[in-house]
Amino acid sequence: MRFAELRNTEGELRAFQVRLGAAGLAVLVALGLLLARFVWLQVLQHDAYSAKAEENRIAIVPLPPNRGLILDRNGEVLARNYLAYTLEIFPAQVRDVDATIAELAAFVDIQPRDRARFRKLMQETKNVDSLPIRTRLSDEEVARIAANRWRFTGVEIKARLFRKYPYGEQASHVIGYIGRITGADLESLEEKAVAANYRGTDYIGKAGIEASYEQELHGVTGFERVEIDAAGRGVGTLPPTTTPQAGNNVGLTLDIRLQEVAERAFGARRGALVAIEPATGSVLAFVSRPGYDPNLFVDGIDPQSWDELMSSPDRPLNNRAIAGLYPPGSTFKPYMALAALELGKRTPRTTISDPGYFVFGDRRFRDSKPGGHGIVDMYKSIVMSSDVYYYMLANDLGIDAIAGFMKRFGFGARTGIDLEGEAAGVLPSPEWKLARFSRPEQQKWYAGETISIGIGQGYNAYTPLQLAQALATLANNGAMFRPRLVSHVDNPRTGERRYFEPELVRQLQLQPEHVAFIKQAMAGVNIEGTAARSFVGAQYTSGGKTGTAQVVGMKQGEKYEEDKVAERLRDHSLYIAFAPLDGPKIALAVLVENGGFGARTAAPIARIVLDYFLLGKLPSAPRRAAPAAEVKSDAKSD
Amino acid sequence: MEIAGYPLRRLRARLVEGIDLPLLALALSLSLLGLGVLYSASYENASRVASQLANLAVALAAMWAVAQVPPQTLARFALPAYAAGLVLLLAVALGGEVVNGARRWLNLGLMRFQPSEMMKIAMPMMLAWYFHRKEGAIRLRDFAVAGVLLALPVAMIARQPDLGTALLVAAAGFYVIFLAGIGWKVLTALTVLALASLPPLWGLMHDYQRRRILTLLDPSQDPLGAGYHTIQSTIAVGSGGIAGKGWLNGSQTHLEFIPERHTDFIFAVFSEEFGLVGNVALLTLYALLIARGLSIAAQAPTLFARLLAGAVTLMFFTYAFVNMGMVAGIVPVVGVPLPFISYGGSALATLFVGIGLLMSIHRHRKLVQT
Repeated sequence: MRFAELRNTEGELRAFQVRLGAAGLAVLVALGLLLARFVWLQVLQHDAYSAKAEENRIAIVPLPPNRGLILDRNGEVLARNYLAYTLEIFPAQVRDVDATIAELAAFVDIQPRDRARFRKLMQETKNVDSLPIRTRLSDEEVARIAANRWRFTGVEIKARLFRKYPYGEQASHVIGYIGRITGADLESLEEKAVAANYRGTDYIGKAGIEASYEQELHGVTGFERVEIDAAGRGVGTLPPTTTPQAGNNVGLTLDIRLQEVAERAFGARRGALVAIEPATGSVLAFVSRPGYDPNLFVDGIDPQSWDELMSSPDRPLNNRAIAGLYPPGSTFKPYMALAALELGKRTPRTTISDPGYFVFGDRRFRDSKPGGHGIVDMYKSIVMSSDVYYYMLANDLGIDAIAGFMKRFGFGARTGIDLEGEAAGVLPSPEWKLARFSRPEQQKWYAGETISIGIGQGYNAYTPLQLAQALATLANNGAMFRPRLVSHVDNPRTGERRYFEPELVRQLQLQPEHVAFIKQAMAGVNIEGTAARSFVGAQYTSGGKTGTAQVVGMKQGEKYEEDKVAERLRDHSLYIAFAPLDGPKIALAVLVENGGFGARTAAPIARIVLDYFLLGKLPSAPRRAAPAAEVKSDAKSD
Repeated sequence: MEIAGYPLRRLRARLVEGIDLPLLALALSLSLLGLGVLYSASYENASRVASQLANLAVALAAMWAVAQVPPQTLARFALPAYAAGLVLLLAVALGGEVVNGARRWLNLGLMRFQPSEMMKIAMPMMLAWYFHRKEGAIRLRDFAVAGVLLALPVAMIARQPDLGTALLVAAAGFYVIFLAGIGWKVLTALTVLALASLPPLWGLMHDYQRRRILTLLDPSQDPLGAGYHTIQSTIAVGSGGIAGKGWLNGSQTHLEFIPERHTDFIFAVFSEEFGLVGNVALLTLYALLIARGLSIAAQAPTLFARLLAGAVTLMFFTYAFVNMGMVAGIVPVVGVPLPFISYGGSALATLFVGIGLLMSIHRHRKLVQT
């Protein structure tokens, strides 16, 4: 062996060195490969990897802005914000949501309604990070959860701004409410290309001013660059930070005190009231009864409250003032009379004989006063509310003339008020009927249908807002303003105030003496006519008109007997009024559902509102609608 | 000067006896560099650095001790060490501790011991010793025997499963066989055979092993799972740029985006903070270390010493290449530490024992065997 070793040493050593050289070469190639890779990553691709490292490290955290306040015309706050702690669950990080809620219930009070609401939120909202199981935690509850924080993953306490509506049900149909942003909301935000501004925001206006002035109220979301670690924990804030800009405060034209008086005047009755400042279109009071408590919606409404609101026969979520459609009844008559004057079909002195009925073909149209009003001129027709006068007038004018004239007052068209969900209503005409119905025999307009149009019945269907706007236009001598609820917005940072100018929709060309005559007749209604009883001792001049809208149609010869009709099938009570007579400051329309004659329930409400608005007088005791027996027989017809 | 009656000069001479200064300087430079990187990876907490410093002291002592032993004496340990390693691997297979789904550890009461780690040194020693015995008359049959000696422990380690260590042990054995002069034709044939055996081997692999290879080909397939390591370490390297983000300033490192940043992925920390400049410096240090090792191998007096020195040196290279390649995303993620820099006592000890072997071989280069 030693010999062999000596013999082969030289050759083997050389062979070994060749192998070693080969290995060394391989090492050099391999290290060169690494070097090439490093150059690729660190020089050629450096920018891309730097960007990735920055993406890793920096999270853009949205800073949601404070929502603007809603204030009434006197600066009274109707919607504000407050800070409260919520207990939130990240559903994506929790394996068993129900089990987690059960565990949390050991530390904070979690009611069945909280659980139900949470489940509802989980269904409605997708791809959100966290959802509240409990809102408005007490300090003690916050402390308890914080101490046991380690027990839970996917659970966090967050400080959030909440919306508060201090007046509760009052003006709820004006103010509206906010609610959590749903998938549908997100889609519409994306369509409007403003979704980025809603990052970090959980709530959005759903109804009322909250919805229609969402853009003003929301503000501008700020952004903060936060350095995060691999677990997503914030390590520190990096400049620059864009601070959020609070939303604008929205100033309403509404007077919450007047609103309060008006709502209280309704008592438990259902109905609507819209009061407008004729010279500007500013809405002074806007009532839809019953209302609802908008605070219920702020945390996400619980299913039980929601069901109650939805299943109530009073339909509290229905905004009757802009979406409820009612026949105007006799409140239509002043406009009919004005049409007659303007179109030259009548003079104030033209008289007719009212025997208590009007015969057209084989049909007999009854006057609401049995036996009729006798000899009736235009003044008396309004003051005493003769039906026969207007049956004849409608027949003389014809449907096209009526529809053409009423259209100028805005009947049957959306007013364009700054609220969502306004209904257009129906101004009957042959064209409307043709479009409305599909069967040829239904599409034809019958001359007999024109007759009941004259007293505000038939196909007539308008919103209380339209009635108020028409009256404001009349009171304003034909200058029609778009009704509006917001007069200005305030920028809370700069203090800058932006006014919305009153918007003149159109100026109706009317003969001043015609308008003056109609106003005079309407003044007579409140002095010696159907509403006289409601205006006894009024310390201001005013004009009005009562009305009654049929809920069920009466057959020929059938007599309407209130006592025999179920409460919800009774007639609606209507009343329109403006005051004072010269330079009217207010025009309003009142509707009381199933309130019977307009003189009985609607007019007293208007009196209370006018007393407060013009004199600052509060009703001494909640005014009850006068019982039927007290109504004078001559006032019984309208 | 004297210490306890012993002249200081002689003490110093005794201490540096057998120590190759270039090797020591390179290994120490890398180790000290490692301590600095570790300090950054530990978020400026000195306790882990202190612990690694203690590991370094132990490793240096082991190096010194091995360097004192002549290669002839070392050769005597080859067979016993290899046999003991096999027995221990068998013991692991029968009653080892399972950690993270792999049976790798042997619990010795006081400490846990990984027999596969010991095979990294025992394997090249065994094969070098075997070929040394056949010196001058190495035939194809001997390579076959060597192949069996190699395959046995490699298979056992791969079954634990510990693919990384199995590959390293296989590489160590292969380097000895290669340096011993296996014919190029045989080598080519074996390579073809190996490639042909890849598909059946794929069938034998564990799911996680397959996934690792698949995510190497496309890390974005599983960015939060198996691909996460590679994606984040590649980002760290790439974002380091030419000059690096500066010591203690790596955002990927300091925001915990790099997993296992003290051990297998410490190169990502280094590369992020020191950039291409640092990488070139590190590659240079390794290249110099490998060059020194290969030169020692070239001058070694006996076949055993030559083969062992060559294989150990190429092992250093394999560690460095596989680790850096894995961090840079060109090699699958296998558990291989970055030599002299990754945190961990046993790996560091193994490396310095290897350095000690080289020193011993270098010291005895002029001693002609008699």
